[in-house]
Amino acid sequence: MPLLEIQNLHATVGDKEILKGINLVIKPGQVHAIMGPNGSGKSTLSYILAGRDGYDVTKGEVLFDGKDLLSMPADERACAGLFLGFQYPVEIPGVATMTFLKTALNAVRAYRGDDPLDAMQFLNYVRERAMVLNVTDDMLRRALNVGFSGGEKKRNEILQMAVLEPRLAVLDETDSGLDIDALKIVAEGVNAMRTPERGMLVITHYQRLLNYIEPDHVHVLAQGRILQSGGKELALELEKNGYGDITGAEAA
Amino acid sequence: MAATSETVEQVQTLADDGYKHGFVTDIEMETAPKGLSEDTVRFISAKKNEPEWLLEWRLTAYRHWLTMPEPTWSKVSFPPIDYQDSYYFAAPKSDKDKPKSLDEIDPKLLETYEKLGIPLLEQEMLAGVAVDAVFDSVSVATTYKKKLEEVGVIFGSISDAIQTHPELIRKYLGSVVPYGDNKHAALNSAVFTDGSFVYIPKGVRCPMELSTYFRINAENTGQFERTLIIADEGSYVSYLEGCTAPQRDENQLHAAVVELVTLDDAEIKYSTVQNWYPGDEEGRGGIYNFVTKRGLCQGRNSKIAWTQVETGSAITWKYPSCILKGDNSIGEFYSVAITNNMQQADTGTKMIHIGKNTRSTIVSKGISAGRADQSYRGLVKILAGAEGARNHTQCDSLLIGDQCGAHTVPYIECANPTASVEHEATTAKINDDQLFYCQQRGLNEEEAVSLIVNGFCKDVMKTLPMEFAVEAQKLIGISLEGSVG
Repeated sequence: MPLLEIQNLHATVGDKEILKGINLVIKPGQVHAIMGPNGSGKSTLSYILAGRDGYDVTKGEVLFDGKDLLSMPADERACAGLFLGFQYPVEIPGVATMTFLKTALNAVRAYRGDDPLDAMQFLNYVRERAMVLNVTDDMLRRALNVGFSGGEKKRNEILQMAVLEPRLAVLDETDSGLDIDALKIVAEGVNAMRTPERGMLVITHYQRLLNYIEPDHVHVLAQGRILQSGGKELALELEKNGYGDITGAEAA
Repeated sequence: MAATSETVEQVQTLADDGYKHGFVTDIEMETAPKGLSEDTVRFISAKKNEPEWLLEWRLTAYRHWLTMPEPTWSKVSFPPIDYQDSYYFAAPKSDKDKPKSLDEIDPKLLETYEKLGIPLLEQEMLAGVAVDAVFDSVSVATTYKKKLEEVGVIFGSISDAIQTHPELIRKYLGSVVPYGDNKHAALNSAVFTDGSFVYIPKGVRCPMELSTYFRINAENTGQFERTLIIADEGSYVSYLEGCTAPQRDENQLHAAVVELVTLDDAEIKYSTVQNWYPGDEEGRGGIYNFVTKRGLCQGRNSKIAWTQVETGSAITWKYPSCILKGDNSIGEFYSVAITNNMQQADTGTKMIHIGKNTRSTIVSKGISAGRADQSYRGLVKILAGAEGARNHTQCDSLLIGDQCGAHTVPYIECANPTASVEHEATTAKINDDQLFYCQQRGLNEEEAVSLIVNGFCKDVMKTLPMEFAVEAQKLIGISLEGSVG
């Protein structure tokens, strides 16, 4: 059974139709990349998958693990194993990163019917994962994303993914605002999470990220539709020729 | 409620030891006639066997009260109070008038107790169910009194102290909050029925946190409670008042007075969690909580710190204040006030700098949800002699939804050019991005709001004693249930 199945998805924001019939199937173990110019609907797609308010799905459906994803509230989707790595991670003043991670993990564990981890177990659990991503204890003590650099915020997103161990990770422009060293750390963190059971949807504007996270499939999203799909070589072509060829061809 | 559980355990131990409680049942008292008059005041004073000077003081307060107008400057509204339609001295309820069991209690209230994880026995006590005499004041008080007596701390009801330590009462009662301070304080002075009294002797660090719980006879003193705490030179005490569980009371008007005095090098930390019944969603039946709390840092290098978490009452009118008279004395005020549904709160503080190099810190966090209205009202006053005085004020308001209000009304009066006064204020709405972010990580909406609001209040919450802090965190979440979406 596919992990994620998007069928003819149409969606609007206000009066504006942003998605105009998206079809996409992600099987367990696969990494898909969605590329596309600004304003093509990439972030909208990620928000609709995660269940953010303010988007109206007008047609189509999305199955997650065979279940109707769109009827689930956002927190239930997260508990069921859908993770969104945010392009702009949100600051929550006064809430220590550690506290946030623990609250989130225990919420997800409760959904799965597992007992909450106690303070000591949790500390070990987080430190193990934080080390790989070069996230220091100091960062874990600071308020969530408050005063974090761009790189720290993105590493923190990947840490949250590592802590929550989702079935499907949607990473929205995880590479934006990262220098090459930070990009490598983030990519390593993501690659460490690749397993035969887990699926990933990597949304990016640039091919650069895909040098480090090698996708199985690449899709070009423009004007609310997937205009072209292919293997990882498609990303290289786009890098060379830009989106103009594809979107232009569509217009003609 | 860790403190109460502990109390219950201790009391149970006593009961197991064959403690006989028969003697408490014969204290039935008559009730003063309805309404307020000099006779009512005399009746109360006589019932309590008070000395002549105290009766005179009460009567003076009463006469003064008659002449005083209702305070109207605060941003709260309610119909005029009919003072004649109330009892000012009621006998403790006999068991037969009380609910027989929790089955007779509003299920909503029980639900809240459940969420706070309050043991059954405490639920019964809080809901005013007729419970066994294990909760009798005498037994509990003795257990703790023994420990405290060893170090010379006096902790008991103010009625007792009037009998046993009249010299201290006479010296300090009304010395910080004079009867003429405001209409509510005058009423309290005239008709207070009980409250707490604490005296910490010179150089003593009180070995435990004192809680109103240990003074169990508070059951019927709620309406006009009077508390007096004196910390003698070089002493320290931390005092906890209130309870995270919602408390019900049939008396709508509560006008308490709390007076604190610190002598040289002494420190009082006073923490309150106030969760009186706020009324239903339309605000019907809630408590009016009109409190006058003030501390006098009389001695050099002394310190008074107020921390309050205010989540209950239909109307809160409360300004715990510090008079910084001693040189180098320090006043602190940390406040979290949450108003939901139809609640109104006008709360803040006054820091009066008289001595040299006096310092004050104000951190106020107001959260407003539903159709509630909330104001921070604070005065920082630097007198001419307060050389080098410093104040820092931080006032933050958080709005949830679009029908509530938050107002910040700072008053600053500075008569000394060497003083430094800082005021920072922010107002923010709880933000959809934050909510969605939390939900995307698996938190439901209520958990998300609770987490965000607790983060917002962190600077205040961390000043609470541990035992209170954990419960207060839960309480914040519960107080805001249903406020989003």
